[in-house]
Amino acid sequence: MHPSVGKAWRAARRRVTPPRHHAVRIVAVAVALGVAATACASSPPPTGTLAETTLNASGATFPKVFYEESILEFGLRESRVTINYAGGGSGKGRTDLQERQVDFAGSDAVVKQEDVPNYQGGEFLYIPTVTAPITVSFHLEGVEGLRLAPDTIARIFQRDVTAWDDPAVAADNPGVELPDTDITVARRSDGSGTTENFTKFLVSAAPETWTLGAGSTVEWPADTQGAQGNAGVAGLIKGTDGAIGYIDYSEAVVLELSFASVRNSAGNYVEPSAASTAAAVEAAEINADLTYDPIDADGPEAYPIAAPTWILVYRNQTDRAKGEALKAFLRYLLTDGQALALELDYAPLPAALAEQALARVEQIEVPL
Amino acid sequence: MTAIDTAPRTPARPAAATPSRRTADRVFQRMTLGAGLLVLLILALRVLSTVDQARPAFAHMGLRFFTSSRWAPPSDEYGALSFIYGTGLISLLALVLAVPVSLGIAVYLSELAPLNARRVVTVVIDLLAAVPSVVWGLWGFLVLRSPLQRFYQTLSDVLSPVPGVGKLFEGPVSGLSFATAGTILALMIIPIITSLSRDVMDTVPVAQKEAALALGATRWEMIRGAVLPYSKGGVIGAVVLGLGRAMGETIAVALVIGSSGQITSRLFAAGDALPSQIANQFNESEGLFRSALVALGVTLFFFTIVVNLAARAIVTRTNRHLKGVAL
Repeated sequence: MHPSVGKAWRAARRRVTPPRHHAVRIVAVAVALGVAATACASSPPPTGTLAETTLNASGATFPKVFYEESILEFGLRESRVTINYAGGGSGKGRTDLQERQVDFAGSDAVVKQEDVPNYQGGEFLYIPTVTAPITVSFHLEGVEGLRLAPDTIARIFQRDVTAWDDPAVAADNPGVELPDTDITVARRSDGSGTTENFTKFLVSAAPETWTLGAGSTVEWPADTQGAQGNAGVAGLIKGTDGAIGYIDYSEAVVLELSFASVRNSAGNYVEPSAASTAAAVEAAEINADLTYDPIDADGPEAYPIAAPTWILVYRNQTDRAKGEALKAFLRYLLTDGQALALELDYAPLPAALAEQALARVEQIEVPL
Repeated sequence: MTAIDTAPRTPARPAAATPSRRTADRVFQRMTLGAGLLVLLILALRVLSTVDQARPAFAHMGLRFFTSSRWAPPSDEYGALSFIYGTGLISLLALVLAVPVSLGIAVYLSELAPLNARRVVTVVIDLLAAVPSVVWGLWGFLVLRSPLQRFYQTLSDVLSPVPGVGKLFEGPVSGLSFATAGTILALMIIPIITSLSRDVMDTVPVAQKEAALALGATRWEMIRGAVLPYSKGGVIGAVVLGLGRAMGETIAVALVIGSSGQITSRLFAAGDALPSQIANQFNESEGLFRSALVALGVTLFFFTIVVNLAARAIVTRTNRHLKGVAL
């Protein structure tokens, strides 16, 4: 399938579209379909001021929908700039950037200290772009809402708790009639930043209970069910009574899954949302290089499983047209793109962090 | 016109063309030789680069890479045994399910089917072979998973009390499992084994078949006595080609095997295989983890080579044996 058809389809299947972006979106869909259908039709007059260039990128898949939609709308403003965001995973993005095969990379995780010298383009910058909660989604006939403490989540995903009427689940949900259905744990079979952030949360919030460590893949118990991607895990949950799994928020919303409120470090059960994620980012400590860790953040309203993501760029750009286009695109992501993020069920950055990130974009050096 | 044109040229051709034809022949020979050597070169480069990239993982794990079944990237433990086991088990399952069916279809097509049915079935089989593996995988994941899980549950309830074989069918059952992967693989290799076997069976000399019938053999006895022995080598070759495809199949298996590296006799449990593990983890891997995945690739490569060499040996031996009988 042509990627822009996929994009158009994804845009079309979204249920609610706020009116402000409606016209733009219809245009975007029309443009995408038009591109797919008539590749050789006469092109409209170019818009924008940037020189003709192409930016290639790869990396994290969780912000991919946001980046793709942003690229579409940025393309309406600057029609001479083509941007390809190939996805492929944070690890692939970082490796590609190291070897200078891409102009920027998306990554859900910070580069390990020992890998820094491998970056052939020298010093690189972290530009935070967006955040999003990771939901603990479930499918349990007769139960609408669930509240879960980190310890309970850890015990469920380790298969220590295997039935829904277990006292541990009941203790989190006073007054809820829990059936004795068996719990089916659905998790990612592919390596994923979502798995990494979810397991980091368990390491941090349930250190006594969680024994599997954190990583893009961990040693799951053999009787958990692995599926590919958010969509695969969502498919397992939808099709199995008693299933539970972790899924990126935007995907869980689109697929209309039920998700649990998770107890944060202040002891409150918080629902995943853009607002509760923004609260987590605000409570997190922002480092000098704009890396931060919103997982298990303090703050009474903070949702504890929030995933950060960054765009990694080299500070010293070697191509003028590319460098200018890159800076313009990053500026767009951090300003008007933030409203788009909210619409796509991501959480925008808190204003202060977006300001800092914009200042960081201006530090990118472009040759004359 | 043509006659007039060619007439004067014909006597001149041998004298004038010989040197240039020799050059052309030589150029052609060099080119084909080059193409042949290119295959070897590509293979050699591939082996060199993968072995080189896998070296850190082999060095880190030593022999335990092949003897340990613990695969835990966060703690830098890479044991491939459960994936090797999984690849072997699902390939074996696929053969057990696919070979009888394929041979049945092949015999039916070459010996029994009326011409019309033969055409239709052949086209359908060829169409099956053209289905992309990701479609098989998605079909398995989206459509087959739930019905199969119910079927496994029934099968498990009935068969698990049986002593011995019962171990294969013990619960808990999972829709994503060795058995599902084996089933999908079987469906994928049936077209290959069928069409190759049928081609081989078609080469059985009519005289030989008629001789069997003339001796008073029934149709079944003719197939057993004349067709099957004659085509044995080719059929084994077909089965091995199917096995090769099953061992290397990646995406369809990755979607339906459940991705839990474990060594168990329970066919209805989730497992994992070498290629699906590589495909699932490669994008998010770095450093030693990536090296370990490349090492899985080297391991798979090694096993496919062993299987292919073994197959070649078997085919040669049966052919020789057959010739011995025939002469």
